[in-house]
Amino acid sequence: MKYMLIMRSTEAARQDYEKVDFTEIIEKMGAYNEALLKAGVMLAGDGLADSMADNFVVDFTADPPIVTDGPYGETHELFSGFWMIQVGSKEEAVEWASRCPLGPGSKLEVRRVTEMSDFGEFADNPVLQQQETWRAESGQV
Amino acid sequence: MTDARRTVEAVWRIEGAKIVGTLARMTGDIVLAEDLAQDAVADALTQWPESGIPQNPGAWLTAVAKRRAIDTWRRRERLDERHRAMAGDQAARADTDADAWQPIDDDVLRLVFIACHPVLAREAQVALTLRLIGGLSTEEIGRLFLVPVATIQQRIVRAKKTLAAAKVPFEVPDPSEWRARLGSVLGVVYLIFTEGYAATAGDHWMRIDLANEALRLARVLAGLTPREPEAHALVALMELQASRFGARVRPDGTPILLADQDRGRWDHAQITRGRTALARADALGRGRGSYALQAAIAECHATAPSVADTDWARIVLLYEALGRIAPNPVVDLNRAVAVSMATGPASALRIVDDLTGGGALRGSPLLPSVRGELLARLARTDEARTEFTAAAALTRNTRERDVLLAKAAAL
Repeated sequence: MKYMLIMRSTEAARQDYEKVDFTEIIEKMGAYNEALLKAGVMLAGDGLADSMADNFVVDFTADPPIVTDGPYGETHELFSGFWMIQVGSKEEAVEWASRCPLGPGSKLEVRRVTEMSDFGEFADNPVLQQQETWRAESGQV
Repeated sequence: MTDARRTVEAVWRIEGAKIVGTLARMTGDIVLAEDLAQDAVADALTQWPESGIPQNPGAWLTAVAKRRAIDTWRRRERLDERHRAMAGDQAARADTDADAWQPIDDDVLRLVFIACHPVLAREAQVALTLRLIGGLSTEEIGRLFLVPVATIQQRIVRAKKTLAAAKVPFEVPDPSEWRARLGSVLGVVYLIFTEGYAATAGDHWMRIDLANEALRLARVLAGLTPREPEAHALVALMELQASRFGARVRPDGTPILLADQDRGRWDHAQITRGRTALARADALGRGRGSYALQAAIAECHATAPSVADTDWARIVLLYEALGRIAPNPVVDLNRAVAVSMATGPASALRIVDDLTGGGALRGSPLLPSVRGELLARLARTDEARTEFTAAAALTRNTRERDVLLAKAAAL
């Protein structure tokens, strides 16, 4: 199962964060990312820029939607980065999320990514032929 | 299952290989290392519910296992030099041990090679790899392979006995054996993947969990051997093949062939990951091995907008190269299919007839089924019908038989 780890920080936490040695932050995050990669669980991950100039919010309350500069929507917590991980259980996702090197005022919102089995009967159904598999792989019509 | 057990399992999944690797390096005995680690896990199950989960659970488990090792040896009054050194090490670091624990990647790599050691039967290699490297419980492995837990336990116990009997050292292979041994490791991981992909047993056509487990192992392996192109290529191949999982069956379970698949439902993030891994393999500049060639074929499919717009000529070339470095009649048959798409059924039929003449794939429905398709396209209807009927008689799968008989009837 896949989980998305969504990193959120309050404005105060972000200001505190700026006082911390940036190389230390990079090292800690680097070590965390390396651990995820070496464990074979990391699918993707990135940080998000927080400058006013680069970001905007599209609000669909109105028609046409309203575009506002800056990274903030209604929320005062900033969504500042994410990871996608693939693990075997919810507990494993909890383990990984808990190891993330974040400080007070920061949170990880962890959401399971929906899968086929959330929508259909794929998981339970069929017996399928070796040949069909082989043909799909080989590209035969 | 209790919360504590779930948590311990999650920790084991993350730390298990590193813990056993560390213990095996210290004791020089992989079997003892695994037993000690299991005892430590049992301790965690009784202690964590009361004491809470330690700050560094992997270090906790390792420290407990080491302590148990020393207790055992003391009891047996068998403190030889190595054990005495360990005891000294333990005493010196007693309480700071948990912080000092630094797992070493090389230990995990040694463990990988031992789990896939040639003295072990293939199914033992599979079970040990999932247990030791994948950090799965025997219950989980049993569930993935749809076999009783007791069977998996027996396989693991037997595998450990075999390793002990063969006195397999806790070492990576010598340079002279490296290539073959790495090939064997990659083979075990790919076998786990294909078991999930094609589901040779059980009701499920695809067992996605098993395929994902193999992918995770392959990523671990590529991380451990970053200079090995085939390790990256195996990640690439499996990512690219797995990217089609979402589009391969209808809700009622019937298969969707490549031509009819909704390519929008392919996992494009996964395709990108697969292509990145293949590029990483290529960037090492040592040419393409069999996994890289297969990944390149999968990449051709993954990046084509439709079956008609697929670069079949390139796929033919890749199959030719693959057939030379890893001769296999199924590869030849795949090549014939690609040739039929690239240049037409007549030249493909010659390849298939050569295969038939050589007696390859006898008893398999694959050959008559492909031959039937090619003959049908050449309007040699009677012969095509004979082939489809022959293929139908050879398959053990009722759904496949229906499809083949319907083809024969429709001619």
